[in-house]
Amino acid sequence: MEMLHAFFVAPFQEMWEFPLFLAEVVINGLLTGVMYSLVALGFVLIFKASGVFNFAQGVMVLFAALTLVGLMEKGVPVWLALILTMVVMVALAFAVERFMLRPLVNQEHIILFMATIGLTYFLEGFGETLWGSNVKPLDVGIPSASFDFHGLLLNEFDLFAAGIGAALVAGLAIFFHKTPVGRALRAVADDHQAAMSVGIPLRTIWIIVWSVAGIVAMVAGIMWGAKSGVQFSLSLIALKALPVLILGGFTSVPGAIIGGLIIGVGEKVAEIYWGPLVGGAIENWFAYVLALVFLFFRPQGLFGERIIERV
Amino acid sequence: MKIKKLVLSLLGATVAASGILAAPAMAAEEQFFPMLVYRTGPYAPSGIPVANGFRDYYTMLNKRDGGINGVMVTFEECETQYNTKLGVECYEKLKGKGTHGATLVNPFSTGITYQLIPKAPVDKVPILSMGYGRTAAADGSVFQWIYNFPTTYWSQASAFINYVAQQEGGHDKLRGKKIAHVYHNSAYGKEANPTLGVLAEKYGYKLTLLAVDHPGQEQKATWLQIRKLRPDWVFMSGWGVMNQVAVKEAAAVNYPMDRFVGNWWSGSDADVIPAGKASKGYKSAALHHPGTKFRVHDDILQYVYNGDTEEAKKNNFGEVLYNRAVLNAMFGSEAVRTAQAKFGKKAMTGEQVRWGLENLNLTEQRLDELGMNGFTRPVKISCSDHESGGPILIQQWDGQKWNIVSDWIPTMRDVVRPMIEKAASEYAKENNITPRNCG
Repeated sequence: MEMLHAFFVAPFQEMWEFPLFLAEVVINGLLTGVMYSLVALGFVLIFKASGVFNFAQGVMVLFAALTLVGLMEKGVPVWLALILTMVVMVALAFAVERFMLRPLVNQEHIILFMATIGLTYFLEGFGETLWGSNVKPLDVGIPSASFDFHGLLLNEFDLFAAGIGAALVAGLAIFFHKTPVGRALRAVADDHQAAMSVGIPLRTIWIIVWSVAGIVAMVAGIMWGAKSGVQFSLSLIALKALPVLILGGFTSVPGAIIGGLIIGVGEKVAEIYWGPLVGGAIENWFAYVLALVFLFFRPQGLFGERIIERV
Repeated sequence: MKIKKLVLSLLGATVAASGILAAPAMAAEEQFFPMLVYRTGPYAPSGIPVANGFRDYYTMLNKRDGGINGVMVTFEECETQYNTKLGVECYEKLKGKGTHGATLVNPFSTGITYQLIPKAPVDKVPILSMGYGRTAAADGSVFQWIYNFPTTYWSQASAFINYVAQQEGGHDKLRGKKIAHVYHNSAYGKEANPTLGVLAEKYGYKLTLLAVDHPGQEQKATWLQIRKLRPDWVFMSGWGVMNQVAVKEAAAVNYPMDRFVGNWWSGSDADVIPAGKASKGYKSAALHHPGTKFRVHDDILQYVYNGDTEEAKKNNFGEVLYNRAVLNAMFGSEAVRTAQAKFGKKAMTGEQVRWGLENLNLTEQRLDELGMNGFTRPVKISCSDHESGGPILIQQWDGQKWNIVSDWIPTMRDVVRPMIEKAASEYAKENNITPRNCG
């Protein structure tokens, strides 16, 4: 009885008694969720355009951040380092298309997925060889002070990250829906063969989409790298994006955002109110449980496209 | 057939007479130290200074002294990425190298140490897990082959409570205080929990345990709980990225940094530099002094880097974890020297080095001869005591460098030793080990 009370009554009592703290937990969860979404977006872009789950997205976050901070350490000003990093990520997209995707055209998706695993290990080793394995502080001037807002403690960095996330989603939405390239991307995502038959160059589209995913990875790398320093563990952040994708759907940009917010809030609430009952540290696996519960009701994710195959 | 045998015998005799077969015995003896390192992977920022510290100390020994009593030191690195499986593979690969195989092994990972503990008596390669690994191994009557001096996680936790008591004005002032332990959710991270729990009962403070999952890149929930709880002190057992994020999150919830104390694996330069200004005031435990003001550093600079300070700095010279590896390498080489005093000035076997470890007596005078007087405390090991229960220091980050801000803080041996003996006795029962009589 006592245990039932601890699990099903006490946490809600606590929420009721301390509403301000609950609000703080939810807000921080939402802000963390935006950070997860930044990583998840890169996965969505590539999956949308090619049906490939890019296992290397996490390492691309690390590689972009390493390149940026490596250039800054060499005395390159921030603005120029940002531009040069974008150039590197676009060059990487060209290389991926030329040396990885092109030879594998018309292969099964699982083959392409395995190729991205290979890319992961290559980029990991290449990045460490080029820039070293030491942790590198990254300061691009993002404010990080905390302040009180009607009794809620908020952090400027988290709000800035949320703003960046929102701007990125808005930009991607405009890009996908209002530009010819975006429309071509959507056409390729819908049907490769049909898109090619009307003259849409598949290879160019792949380069564009990998470039955009690379730039999104750079943004995610900056935000996460500014928090913890740029180091190898940044690549593991992809694990945080996975439940977001399962929940939001692999093909939806808004899904990545909404999924991130739900996962962010869900894991924080679970960790704080139910975590102590089971020894804590539940947020990592709880995010997956949450995603799987959603999957039970909507296998394609919240915003994913329902796959109907006619026999 | 007879002719063939005759020819082979003649050939054999000729070869033996010419000394070819005797060549290996004539080769210069070497004292081989396997180096399980992690220069890549998520824990590389901690692994690199450690690997450099070991390498530089061994190199300095060879160049300055011609090895240990004339026996040259050799070493070989094997990359573990702080991965237990890879660590065991590295151990298997390196344990047979050198004149008599591995001198001893420094796993530099609690996970790898746990896996090697059963192998040590079989392979006759002693383990020196300096300030990490299985705390119960401090009981030498059960763990004949494992050494974890100069102090253990449990002793460290007790010294932390002593430090808090000092700061609060006495042990009686601990009653009613709130202390939180933020720990890496692993065997290593949980090590301090039992000691903190026992001391909470003894002194009446309220202990809250907050686990952080690997790798610890995201800790908002943990620090929101700290914000709500408002503990008087936070102790952290972190590793890798967890430390940098924790320092930053602590600052984000306005937790007073001078009441946030990491253990000795949460107090390296790599833990605070990425957090920038946020880390100013953060404290951690230490087994030794940071910096380069000791004679041993002068020798390393002279013999390894030809006086090139800039080149030395590129290799983490004087950083906390670099110095830890220097200390660790010194313990190992002094164990060899102690063994040589009994068995002769030649390359030592693992079994002889084990004897050397067990009879190690590093007095202040010896530390002075080694250029480390004041760098660390004297250590005396015995058959039953493989820890020596040494005191700890508290260091504080001023935004630029670590500074020692306490005297040597004693551990609570009266509390910790019975816990160690109990845990060792349970281990002995589980593993059918008959404890030896240490007299």
